[in-house]
Amino acid sequence: MTSGIGARVPRKEDARHLNGKAQFVGDIKIAGCWEAAFVRSPLAHARLRGIAKPAGFEDRVFTAEDMADLRPIRCESTLPSYKVSDYPALASGKVRHVGECIAICIAPTRAEAEDLAEAVAVDLEPLVPIAGIDTALGPDAPRVHEDWDDNLFLTTRHDGDLSGAKARAAVVIERSYETARQAMNPMEGKGVLAHWDHRADQLVVHTSTQVPHLIRTGLSDCLGLDQAQVRVIAPDVGGGFGYKCVLQPEELSVSWVARRTGRAIRWTEDRREHLTAGANTRQHRYKLTAYADGEGRLLGLDADIWVDVGAYSVWPFTACLEAAQAGGNLPGPYDLGAYACRTYSVATNKPGFTPYRGVARPGVCFAMELTLDAIARAVGKDPLEVRCLNLVQGAAMPYTNVTGKYYDSGDYPAAARAAGEMIGADTFRARKEAAAAEGRLIGLGYACFTEQSAHGTKVFAAWGLPMVPGYEQAMVKLAPSGAVEIRSGNHSFGQGLETTIAQVACDWLKLDISRVKVTMGDTGLTPYSTGAYASRGMVMAGGAVSKASEELARRLRLHGAHLLQCEPEETEIRDGAVWKGQASASFAEIADAWYLHPDRLPEDVDTAGLEVTEGYKPDIDTGLFTYATHAAIVEVDPESGRTQILDYVIFEDCGRRVNPMILEGQSYGGAAQGIGSALFEETLYDGAAQPLTSTLADYILPGPAELPHFRLGHSETPSPHSRHGIKGVGEGAAIAPAGAIVNAINDALAPLGAELTRIPATPHRVLGAILDASAAREAAE
Amino acid sequence: MKPAAFEHLRPDTADAVAGLLSPEAKVIAGGQSLGPMLNLRLARPARLVGLGAVASLRDIREENGMIVLGAAVSHARIEDGDSPVALPPMLRHVARGIAYRAVRNRGTIGGSLAHADPAADWIAALTALGAQIVLRSAAGTDRRVAMPGFVQGAYRTALGPDEIIAAVEVPAAMRDALWGYDKLCRKVGEFADAIGAVALHPASGHVRLVSGATGAGPLVLAEAGADLARSARHPGSPALRDALAAALPGTDPVKLRLLATALSRAIAKVLPA
Ligand SMILES: Cc1cc2nc3c(=O)[nH]c(=O)nc-3n(C[C@H](O)[C@H](O)[C@H](O)COP(=O)(O)OP(=O)(O)OC[C@H]3O[C@@H](n4cnc5c(N)ncnc54)[C@H](O)[C@@H]3O)c2cc1C
Repeated sequence: MTSGIGARVPRKEDARHLNGKAQFVGDIKIAGCWEAAFVRSPLAHARLRGIAKPAGFEDRVFTAEDMADLRPIRCESTLPSYKVSDYPALASGKVRHVGECIAICIAPTRAEAEDLAEAVAVDLEPLVPIAGIDTALGPDAPRVHEDWDDNLFLTTRHDGDLSGAKARAAVVIERSYETARQAMNPMEGKGVLAHWDHRADQLVVHTSTQVPHLIRTGLSDCLGLDQAQVRVIAPDVGGGFGYKCVLQPEELSVSWVARRTGRAIRWTEDRREHLTAGANTRQHRYKLTAYADGEGRLLGLDADIWVDVGAYSVWPFTACLEAAQAGGNLPGPYDLGAYACRTYSVATNKPGFTPYRGVARPGVCFAMELTLDAIARAVGKDPLEVRCLNLVQGAAMPYTNVTGKYYDSGDYPAAARAAGEMIGADTFRARKEAAAAEGRLIGLGYACFTEQSAHGTKVFAAWGLPMVPGYEQAMVKLAPSGAVEIRSGNHSFGQGLETTIAQVACDWLKLDISRVKVTMGDTGLTPYSTGAYASRGMVMAGGAVSKASEELARRLRLHGAHLLQCEPEETEIRDGAVWKGQASASFAEIADAWYLHPDRLPEDVDTAGLEVTEGYKPDIDTGLFTYATHAAIVEVDPESGRTQILDYVIFEDCGRRVNPMILEGQSYGGAAQGIGSALFEETLYDGAAQPLTSTLADYILPGPAELPHFRLGHSETPSPHSRHGIKGVGEGAAIAPAGAIVNAINDALAPLGAELTRIPATPHRVLGAILDASAAREAAE
Repeated sequence: MKPAAFEHLRPDTADAVAGLLSPEAKVIAGGQSLGPMLNLRLARPARLVGLGAVASLRDIREENGMIVLGAAVSHARIEDGDSPVALPPMLRHVARGIAYRAVRNRGTIGGSLAHADPAADWIAALTALGAQIVLRSAAGTDRRVAMPGFVQGAYRTALGPDEIIAAVEVPAAMRDALWGYDKLCRKVGEFADAIGAVALHPASGHVRLVSGATGAGPLVLAEAGADLARSARHPGSPALRDALAAALPGTDPVKLRLLATALSRAIAKVLPA
């Protein structure tokens, strides 16, 4: 059957997107809907002394004082040393970052709402801003949260014994690395439209989210409503990437105002709001010391990791997921020997940290992969060989690593070698010399990683988060026409889940995908799901649909056997029908009998019917590990500092591929975002924590002309622990580009004695490193 | 962001446009610079005077040895050579490197000059070509200001309060100029980090080396820059480095190097090694 698992089925959702017929929050029309605009803080840190509403408009402007009954977002965690912070929907007492919401203003149009927002007078008394990690941890640092005794949300430690590694090391590599703060820049920013539905006696909230059921839980808690009184609908969502997997303060304010005023209220985030108040991710700092033997084999790694997590802890993932994951994932696909690591989740006057595609691993991979190249240079070996030496070997699988991660299956060195072969590693040195003879600097870089996908109950329970995902549910049912309907509380917002979960159903039910209708993202219509994050959609929702489809197939054969007057065991399913030999009962006939002509069925028919809801999780909770190696060849222009990507290869194994075409799209998109991190994207701040990159003229995103033609290779090692052997893959490609590209830049710059340790590797930074190296050379001569 | 409310007027002569100017009014041409500023509420004029209905501002013609481009001629028309008279190849090349096509379809040469973003292309390119700007006042009189004098600094020009740009005049001889133009920018269609622009017309003795995107107006490096040019084909050349450092005190070394690279690459196109 062409629509099943493994088929390159065109995406079901594309027709509406390509025809401009999709329905985003901004497209929804509700009679009498007003628009909202926020008054946002112009200062990073200040005492809020007063807010004056414009005269005559007191009932159109709302502040924290009006919303005394609204609980702040409060994210608990049971991790030791974790400090809780209140994240109010509207600032009260203090503002803690530029762009923090202070008041919400409503009017018939957005322009009028913005007029109103301008007219609100906010009295702020500036406090010393905490613009970064150094200030935050300084001896007399002011506090982001006054009741804390420092500016640390959390510290973690992993105390491995490094004494042996130190004693035996032939090579010691010390490096510091930094990754820039970023904004995720989904095409559609946040958006929320709320109104009270009197017939349903429900608050109906359309919101651009990845996690509608979680938002219902969070909203109900903060608003003091029963969850049955709240319906959350995520309509078409224009990209999530993690930005939309947490409860948003704007979701709270808009919902509260809609309930209070009895009006439908909508707010849509604009790009400036996104680039300032939404600059909430990726900023890490590392100090690493790696110990290796003379062959380049890692003996031990000692690490300090700081994450600039901003002012608030997001719900439900907290401010600490990032650093905790960084500490846990730094060893990556490698067999390290000994490992010691301390992480610091540092509170600053910036927007609250939110997990972004790859969560912690893009930074971790960058730090680890640059360190491996430094080791390779120090021992005079090929970086690919050093990687293959250190990667967990295929024969060691399954393998539990030094931080307790259980690598379920695969052959990591094989992927690295395959990437090397695709990029032409064996002829590259000759190519490099030929280029050098023409005065051109080219370089080759690699990065390897594992992507923990669909990690479940035990992992989240260990993090002590307020939300621990368990069994993912899905409903698969036969419509009276014989078509199949899938209902999933997960969501599809560009990753193609709407198509791929339908393929899973087609695999069992042997139908063409045009006969499968998928409904997602609406808490009123779908079974509970914690939603789409952590590369779990395909594994979890796909697995649940698989289980429900399998059961539906069983029942179809049961009912079909009645109609065919045979035993269920004698039947098979194909071409949208149940068959016994030459005789068949189509799904339409089976459905018609059950729903509309039960007189055709015997008295002892199975009354469970043809609507199936099942719950599913993989056999293990520790996640299924996808892995890959990226390889890049770049040319660096030493006179302009510009990096051009000449070739880019991704060799990946994500278990069974449900739709190879969609997987390719995921790889291109993820890698494009990774290249953004590597070369372009950076939220810059001044010393007062004022963001300087508030439009897309200043915050540079790569465009089509800046991206290479990605070349992809695959192997398929099915996971032994998930249905169909599927592993998650949504985040992976965003993880490795910074490591691969900066390693390639450093390879190209090696003759000049320059080395980069910070991303993005902008032309300014690259040229600066070159000029510094040449100044140092001149000084030495 | 939505702009604050404004009134939108569209008169049909250039004089009428100039006549409507006041401290509360602003001309809008393609809106590609002003539009974002209105949306960000960085500009909040009570009145916008559109140029769209003034046909004469879209004319291109040749007159007294000058190619005259109306202020409202779009970058795209210049790129396409959509003109009754031949355009100097350098103009078409520069137009093609501005932003991307959607912006070029609307953005105008006059708007770019009036906006005088220090990193913009036209101010540098037109300086190299020895262009002059025709300014029309409300009284209907014209005056001409030569480049680079029209640009008085970042976002500052010689435009008087009741003047608009009516046209840009480029010497017709520039069709035969030897030219080089190099723009360093972070991505295709971005404003420049550094621009080098060179135009030589030996017959008329025209030699212009221009460094653009300096942070201020375009910098002309010695009108008679042929000697410098000859020695400056490598960006590391001390002559070029010293000339730029002397002209732009306080500029950080990386930026100076970018400017030197752009200029030396522009020169290399004219005087190949
Ligand atoms: C994404 C993007 C990328 C860009 N990249 C580049 C680039 O790479 N290089 C580059 O050079 N430019 C770039 N630009 C700017 C672009 O070239 C604009 O078209 C130009 O700066 C302004 O022209 P406009 O006709 O749109 O003017 P408008 O935006 O309409 O007006 C700009 C200013 O000029 C004034 N004005 C307009 N016409 C006149 C007139 N005839 N007389 C007096 N005052 C007038 C207006 O009052 C306003 O102050 C970019 C713009 C965008 C949006």
